[in-house]
Amino acid sequence: MTAGGTTSVSREIVESGQRAAERSGESAGGESKRAAFRVWRGDSSGGAFEEYTTSVSEGMVVLDAIHQIQAESANDLAVRWNCKAGKCGSCSAEVNGMPRLMCMTRLNDLDLEKAVTVEPMRAFPPVRDLVTDVSWNFAVKKRIAKFKPRIPDAPDGTWRMAQSDVDRVQEFRKCIECFLCQDTCHVLRDHQKHDEFIGPRFLVHVAALEMHPLDIENRAAELRQAYGIGYCNITKCCTRVCPENITITDNAIIPLKERVVDEHYDPLRRLVRLFRRKS
Amino acid sequence: MATQVVQLRRRKWGETMRPDLWWIEPLIVFTILSSFLGYATWAAFQNTHYAYGNYLSPFYSPLLFSEFRESWFGPKPGGWPGWLPFSPALLILPFPAGFRLTCYYYRGAYYKAFWSDPPSCTVGEPRTGYRGERSLPLVLQNVHRYFLYFALAFLVFLSIDVWKAMWFTDPGTGVRHFGIGVGTILLVANVILLGGYTFGCHSLRHLVGGYVDRLSGAPARKKAYDCVSCFNRGHMRWAWASLFMVAFCDIYIRMLSLGIWHDWRLL
Repeated sequence: MTAGGTTSVSREIVESGQRAAERSGESAGGESKRAAFRVWRGDSSGGAFEEYTTSVSEGMVVLDAIHQIQAESANDLAVRWNCKAGKCGSCSAEVNGMPRLMCMTRLNDLDLEKAVTVEPMRAFPPVRDLVTDVSWNFAVKKRIAKFKPRIPDAPDGTWRMAQSDVDRVQEFRKCIECFLCQDTCHVLRDHQKHDEFIGPRFLVHVAALEMHPLDIENRAAELRQAYGIGYCNITKCCTRVCPENITITDNAIIPLKERVVDEHYDPLRRLVRLFRRKS
Repeated sequence: MATQVVQLRRRKWGETMRPDLWWIEPLIVFTILSSFLGYATWAAFQNTHYAYGNYLSPFYSPLLFSEFRESWFGPKPGGWPGWLPFSPALLILPFPAGFRLTCYYYRGAYYKAFWSDPPSCTVGEPRTGYRGERSLPLVLQNVHRYFLYFALAFLVFLSIDVWKAMWFTDPGTGVRHFGIGVGTILLVANVILLGGYTFGCHSLRHLVGGYVDRLSGAPARKKAYDCVSCFNRGHMRWAWASLFMVAFCDIYIRMLSLGIWHDWRLL
């Protein structure tokens, strides 16, 4: 869904903004103060920052402020949001230059003496204002080899797994697909290698499959070629911005890189495999 | 799959909307790594003042050749060309240097600090082209696990040096006896910090169990994997602490050898 589309959606967003405005006025009492926001306005043909001021109070997050701006001074401002609880991954944007969920970025963590900049994610094409087209991610996911379980352990077609074996991949299942990691990854953001690199989000997805105790698919060749894991130069920016605190680089990407080394760059290991196969 | 991705204007080198001092971290990394590289290279070429009494600088350990003290293969090889500078450190330093150079943590740090690739998260880059670690020369970073094997061996050599650093010779009687000096403590700390860094290596984590999807059937392997994972969580801290300590051990022993500092005996 992109805001600014249907009338009902626009109305809903404006009403929500009004409610946020009322709430902030109620809770703030006389303590609310004014803060400036520089919000990127535009679409795929171009745009610019526009400055708005609105009253802010304790407990507010950036999304609240954006809704207030929508209600007070920019009714046509497009913003994608849904749960307001940091679980749907819809309100991803760049706040003061860093990819963040707007609903989880508290205003009291920001320096409100200066204008707060809010802009859309730069790794994806802008649709309008703060809304970007993230559909590329869904197309990428379809390219990844699916989960392929081993033959069932029991005659009734079920499997047995030890909890400790599943624990490792459990971390990756926390991903809410906000695509902030994709946005901060310079391979996509600056070098636009969208055709050759699947990005940290999907390397996490591959890790969840590849390290699953039941999965028997080998994705090492794809990781090296089609998924372009070699493009990652371990800047750890993806780990830094993950709102779910997934240790993307250390627990997903580097272990996958090591698996690729096993298969393609380690002659000693290849030799061992050769002897094992023969014996 | 060709994807038409039309984005906002690409940012220029150093351009960002971040208001924080993002350049501080890469600047610190650049300064420390450059200083270490400069000092280590200088120290390696000196071929003198690398030992004092029972202390041996970690830059020269294991001591393969030496005219001044006991070494593995005796004095400098006879056939060594006169025009080529000789130092036993030059023969061994490529291994720990290679281990750090190809380390996953340091890679991320120096790509930012030395190559601006990127300068910091969400900060514009100087170059439009990018090949990453897919092709030469950076694909060679995959050799890291081989340097790890050497790094593990070096831990053994440095531990032997620590043992030797606990035995002092009385200059009057020539009798060797157990003792602890500040130098001994520094060499112990050096081995501990290098151990913490080496045992938290991402490649080691993979080799001891990371490549296995079902560790529950191998309790010893699982224990080893958990242990390396534990060190791995602090890999960055171990990396910096061990870098400082290895350089400081060399400085300390060099200063003792030059007679500028004096070793305090605690025992």
